[in-house]
Amino acid sequence: MKRFDILEHTADTGIIAYGNDMPEAFANAAYGMFSLMADLKQVREETSRYVEAEAGDRESLVVSWLNELLYLFDVERIIFRRFDILELTDTRLKADAYGEKADASRHRLRGGVKAATYHMLQVSEGKGRCRIRVIFDV
Amino acid sequence: MARWDGPLKKIDDYRWEIPREYKPGMRVPGLIYASEDMLASIREEQAAEQVVNVAFLPGIVGHSLAMPDIHWGYGFPIGGVAATRVEDGVISPGGVGYDINCGVRLLRTNLREDEVRPKIEELLSQLFISVPSGLGSTGKIKVGKKEMDDILTDGARWAVKRGFGTEDDLEVTEERGCLKGADPDRVSVKAKERGSPQSGTLGSGNHFIEVQAVGEIYEPAMAQTMGIDDVGQVLLLIHTGSRGLGHQVCDDYIRTLREAMQRYGIEVPDRELACAPLKSAEGRNYLAAMACAANYAWANRQCITHWARECFAGVFGLSLRQIGLEMVYDVAHNIAKIESYEVDGKKLSLCVHRKGATRAFPAGHPSIPARYKEIGQPVLIPGDMGRYSFVAVGTDRAVKESFGSVCHGAGRKMSRHAAKRGVRDADVARDLAAKGIIAKCASRGGLAEEASEAYKDVAEVVEVCHRAGLCRKVIKTYPIGVVKG
Repeated sequence: MKRFDILEHTADTGIIAYGNDMPEAFANAAYGMFSLMADLKQVREETSRYVEAEAGDRESLVVSWLNELLYLFDVERIIFRRFDILELTDTRLKADAYGEKADASRHRLRGGVKAATYHMLQVSEGKGRCRIRVIFDV
Repeated sequence: MARWDGPLKKIDDYRWEIPREYKPGMRVPGLIYASEDMLASIREEQAAEQVVNVAFLPGIVGHSLAMPDIHWGYGFPIGGVAATRVEDGVISPGGVGYDINCGVRLLRTNLREDEVRPKIEELLSQLFISVPSGLGSTGKIKVGKKEMDDILTDGARWAVKRGFGTEDDLEVTEERGCLKGADPDRVSVKAKERGSPQSGTLGSGNHFIEVQAVGEIYEPAMAQTMGIDDVGQVLLLIHTGSRGLGHQVCDDYIRTLREAMQRYGIEVPDRELACAPLKSAEGRNYLAAMACAANYAWANRQCITHWARECFAGVFGLSLRQIGLEMVYDVAHNIAKIESYEVDGKKLSLCVHRKGATRAFPAGHPSIPARYKEIGQPVLIPGDMGRYSFVAVGTDRAVKESFGSVCHGAGRKMSRHAAKRGVRDADVARDLAAKGIIAKCASRGGLAEEASEAYKDVAEVVEVCHRAGLCRKVIKTYPIGVVKG
C-alpha cells in the first residue's frame, strides 16, 4: 500500500498519509514529512528517540506529533525514517522513532519543513483505510 | 483546488472590495489590491476566502486587506494585513506566521557590476561557506542560556555589541532591530533549544543571499539618499527569519490561544486563526514571545551581514571602507506591531498584523530614521531569483488606507511540487547562468522550487502598489549571483 501522496498547495506542501489502521497512518504521516526533507532510503536506523505527544483532539494530535519530531530534528539533527506507535488515543501518542543524524555528504537533503499546520487538517477513516491530511509550512 | 467565486466589487482599477454582506459574521469588508488581469489567478485558489475569514476577527477595523502578492496561506492569506483595536481586539499568531520576522535587508556597495562579475563564483563560494545554509544547518555562534535571553531581549543590538556590525546598522533597521516588550520568560524552553544551534544561519526554502546590480533608477534623489547613485552599482540582499525558534513560538501559541479562545467565547471560521484578546494574559504573552522571535531574527540578519562583509573584504582584497557595504534598510514582513492610526476621525492604538506584507511609512513619520525623514521609509520588495527586485518608499496614502503597509514580494503562483515536476536543479542553474545569474543552493530541489516560473511577476505586483499610491518605486535591481538555503 502507498504510504502517502503529496498534496499541491501554492506556497506550502501537504501530504495525505494512509494506513490500515490509525497508528499506521500516524507513522506514515511522519514518514511522509521526513520524505520531504531527505531521501529516506539513504537514512539508516542508528539511533532512536522515545516521543510523546498530547493534544485536545485527534486532529491536533497529528500536529503535536509531527511538530515534536521537527523539534527533535532542529535540536538533535536526527532524520527519522521508522516509527513504532506504542500507544495511540484521540489525545495521546507514544512512539519510538528511529533514524540517524543528518549528514549532508550522504543524505540528499531537500528543503526544510518549518511546521505542521492546522490548515485543512483532516483525519478520517472508512472502508478499512485511515487517512491523514496535513499541510506543512515549508 | 476549488475556485473562489465570491463577489469582488470594483472600487477603482487597483482596488476590489469583498462586501460585508458576503458572509454573516464579517465585521469589516475585505479589500484586495490587484489589477484586473490578476483577478483570474487570485480566483483560482481560496486566498480571497481567507481575506473574508480574517474579517471575522474581533476588534478588526477598516478592511481586511490583501496586497497584490496575495496567495493562499494558512489562516491569513500571504499578503494579508489586518489591524485590530488594542482596547477590545485580538491578536492572532496566524496573522504573523510560523517564520516570525521573516524579512529582508539591503546593503549598498561602492563596487560596480563589471568589478564583481569576474569574482562572483568566488564570492558566492565564500558566502556559502561563511553563512551556514540549508536543512538542519547549524551556526558558528554558540550561545548559552543567558546569552540566548540577551538575543531575545536585545535583537540586532546584541549582535552589534558582540562586534557583528555597527551602530549605523541599527539606525536603519526597522525598530532599530529590537522590538520592545520582549520577555524571554514567555518563550518556551523548546523554542530556545531550537534557536540555540541555529543562530546566524540562513535556513532553507525561499531564504537567500543575493548579489544584485542596480538596473533602473526611477527617483534619483531618493536613491541617492539611500546611497545608490548609478545603474550597475552592486547591492546585497539578505532574506531570512527566526528559524526554528520562531516556528516553535508560533506552534506553542497557536495551541495556547486555541484553548484560550474557547474560554473567551471567540469564534472564527478557521483554526489557524486562533486568537486571544490583546488585553488578556494569553494575548500579551504571545506578543512578548513574538517580540523575542522578531529580535532573534534581527540578530540573525545582523550576524549574516557581518560575515557577508568579511567575505567581500576577503574576496576583493579591499577594506570595508573601500567596499562600502553599508545598510540601506532592514524590514520585517511577518510581524504584528502596535501602532497608532486615525480611524473615522479617532486616534486609535492598533495591532497591525502583517503576514507577508511590509511596513511602508511616509516621509516625516516619527518612527523612521532621521536619514529617511525627507523621503520616507525604504520598502524592500524582492522578486524571484531569475528576474528583478524593487526598492520603494512608503506614502501618506499607505498610512491612511493600509495601516502603513504594502506588498512584500512576488507571491507564488505555482506549488513547490508543481514547480519541481520535470524540472531539475541543473536545468534551472543553466537557465539562470544563460541570463548571467550564478546560483548556489544547499538543498536538493531547492532551485527548481524557486524557479521564476513558480512566481508572479514582481514588477506587476509593485506596479499595482505604486499606482494605488501605497508606495513609490525608487529603483529596480537585477540579480547576478544567488546563494539559496
